[in-house]
Amino acid sequence: MVRSMKRFEYFEATADIGLRAYGKDMEEAFENAGLAIFNIISDTSGIAPLREIEFEITSEDDVSLLYDYLEELLFYHEVEFMLFSRFDVEISEGFHLKAKITGEEIDWERHERKTEIKAITFHRMAVKKADNVEVQAIVDL
Amino acid sequence: MSIKDEIKKVRDNVYEIPGSYNKSMRASGRFYIADEYIDDLEEGAVEQIVNVACLPGVQRYSIGLPDIHFGYGFPIGGVAAFSLRNGIVSPGGVGFDINCGVRLIRSNLGIADIEDKLDELTEKLFENIPSGVGSKGKIRLDENEINDVLDYGAEWAVKNGYGWQEDLEVLEENGRMIDADSSIVSDKAKKRGIPQLGSLGSGNHFLEVQIVDEIYDENVAEVYGLREGMIVIMIHTGSRGCGHQICSDYLRVMDKAYKKYKINLSDRQLACAPLDSKEAQDYIQAMAAAANYAWANRQMMTHWVRETFEDVIGRSAEDMEMGIVYDVAHNIAKMETHKVYNREEELLVHRKGATRAFGPGREEVPEKYRQVGQPVLIPGTMGTASYVLCGTETAMEETFGSTAHGAGRILSRSKAKKNFDADEITDDLAAKGIRIKATSKHVIKEEAPGAYKDVDSVVRVSDSTGIAKLVAKLRPLSVCKG
Repeated sequence: MVRSMKRFEYFEATADIGLRAYGKDMEEAFENAGLAIFNIISDTSGIAPLREIEFEITSEDDVSLLYDYLEELLFYHEVEFMLFSRFDVEISEGFHLKAKITGEEIDWERHERKTEIKAITFHRMAVKKADNVEVQAIVDL
Repeated sequence: MSIKDEIKKVRDNVYEIPGSYNKSMRASGRFYIADEYIDDLEEGAVEQIVNVACLPGVQRYSIGLPDIHFGYGFPIGGVAAFSLRNGIVSPGGVGFDINCGVRLIRSNLGIADIEDKLDELTEKLFENIPSGVGSKGKIRLDENEINDVLDYGAEWAVKNGYGWQEDLEVLEENGRMIDADSSIVSDKAKKRGIPQLGSLGSGNHFLEVQIVDEIYDENVAEVYGLREGMIVIMIHTGSRGCGHQICSDYLRVMDKAYKKYKINLSDRQLACAPLDSKEAQDYIQAMAAAANYAWANRQMMTHWVRETFEDVIGRSAEDMEMGIVYDVAHNIAKMETHKVYNREEELLVHRKGATRAFGPGREEVPEKYRQVGQPVLIPGTMGTASYVLCGTETAMEETFGSTAHGAGRILSRSKAKKNFDADEITDDLAAKGIRIKATSKHVIKEEAPGAYKDVDSVVRVSDSTGIAKLVAKLRPLSVCKG
C-alpha cells in the first residue's frame, strides 16, 4: 500500500494536547484519529489485534459525530480495559457510524504506559473536507 | 487593541474589566492575580471571563482567581454565581473532573517516627492505592452498589467499612450531596465508574506524605489540629471516568438545550440551560451523583492510607490519631446563600478550579471549625509545597466565598516533555529528600514542577488580597503519582 500522506500529528494546547488526523475520506480520517488517541495513551505499535469490538452511533452533524466516536473509543478503553490499534470505520447517510475496533486487554508490563485522557472536548473541534479530509480535536488530559 | 488594555487596577493584585466593555456583559469581570503576573495573563482566559459575564442571570462578578488559566468555555480558576430566578447551569463551568478535590489526613507522628520507614511506606502506598492511566480499583462493584455510591457518597464508603463515622463530619457536604439521583446517570457513566472506584488516576492527581513545615497562624492551626513537624497525608483526585462521562453526557444535552432556550453564546462550550428547565435539574442531580462518587473514592483511599500506615508503622490508625482535617471540592456547582447588594440571595455558584473558602460563622462549615472559617486545602505540584489556608469574611464579600485551587499549568504537556528529563527530576527531588513513585516516566516529565505556575505566589496572592488567610505550609516527603 502506498501512503503518501501523514496519518496524524499532534499540536500544542495550553494544558492538554491537540490532534489532527488525515484521510482520503471521513472514514480514513476517523480511523487515523483513533490511532492518534491510542498513541497518546500508549504506543499502538505494541498493541496486538486480538479482540474486536463493534459499535454504532448516530449524531446530528460531522463534528458531533467525531466527538461521539472519540468518546466511544475512550469508553471501550476504560470499560473493557483494552488498548486498540486497528480501526475500521464506515459512515453512512444521516451521520451514522459503524466501527470495528481491534486491540487487546491492557497489560502494563508489556504495553507502554503514557497518559490518561480524561475526555474529548469540543474546543476547536473541526472536520474539514476538501480533496482530502482533516479532522481536529483537543483532548483533556 | 487588546482586551487586556481594558483591565483596570482596583487595588494591589486585584483587577477589573468593567461591565461596560461590551454590550452583552451582565456583570463585570474581576481578577485576583499577582501584579507581577498581570502581563503574563493569557488573553484567552480574559476573554473567557468576559464570556461568562455575558451569561443569563450572572451575579456581580465573573471572577478569575490567582491560578487562572485558559479552560474549555469557562476558564480554570474561575467562579461565577447565577440567580435561581433567571440564571443557568453549565457543565463547562464545573469541568470534566466533577468534584476533583483534596483531602488532608493528620497524625500524631513526627519525622523521627517514619524516617527509617519512608521508603517502605512510599512503596506500600503506591502498591495499595491504584494509580495511573488505565488503573482499576481493587474492588469490583455490582450495578446496585454503583447506584449506592452515586446516591450516598462517602456515607456509602463508611457504611461499607472504609473509614470512620466521624470522618464524615469534616468533609465538604459531609461527603454526600442529597440532590444526587443515580437513576438519571447514564449506563455508560456507571460502567466507567464501576472498575475505577478506589483509584487515583493520572495527570496532576497525587497522594503525598507531607510534613507541616511552617505555621503562619498558631490559633487557627490549633483549631484545625495542625502543628509544626506533624506528618500529614494529602490526597488529590476526583470522580474518574464516571464524572468525565457525566460531564460529556450533559455537554451534549446542553448543546441542544441552549439552542432550544435561545441563549446566545459566544462559545459552544459555555452550553447551558435555564435553572428551571428539566435539562438543568437533571444535570444538577447527575453532577451531585458524580460528586458523591468522588467523595467515596477519597474515602476509600483514606482507609487504605490508614491500613498502610498501620502495616508499616505497626500501630493502629486510632493510636496514630489519623483523623481527617478536611476535604474540599474544587470542581463543583452548589446552591448557596450570598449577599448581593445587601440582600441575601440563593445562588448557584460554579467553581471550576476554585476552592470554597467560607469565612467564620457559616453553618456549612463543621462546628469545630466554624469560629475560624473553613480549612482551604491548596495542593502544590509534584515536589513543591502545599498549603492550608482558612476562609474569610473578605471571600464572602468579594468572591462568593471562594479562592484559588492550585498551581495552574503554564507549560503544555508536550513542551514539558521536551524541556524536562524524568531521571533528572527524580534526582533533584531525591536531593531535597523527596521520594517519588510513578507509573511512568511520561507522567514525571509532564508534571514537572517547572511546568506550573509557582504555587507559593498563588497562595500569597490569595492571602494578601484577603480571599483566604495562610495557616500552614506542608512540605512533601514522598509522592505517589499516576
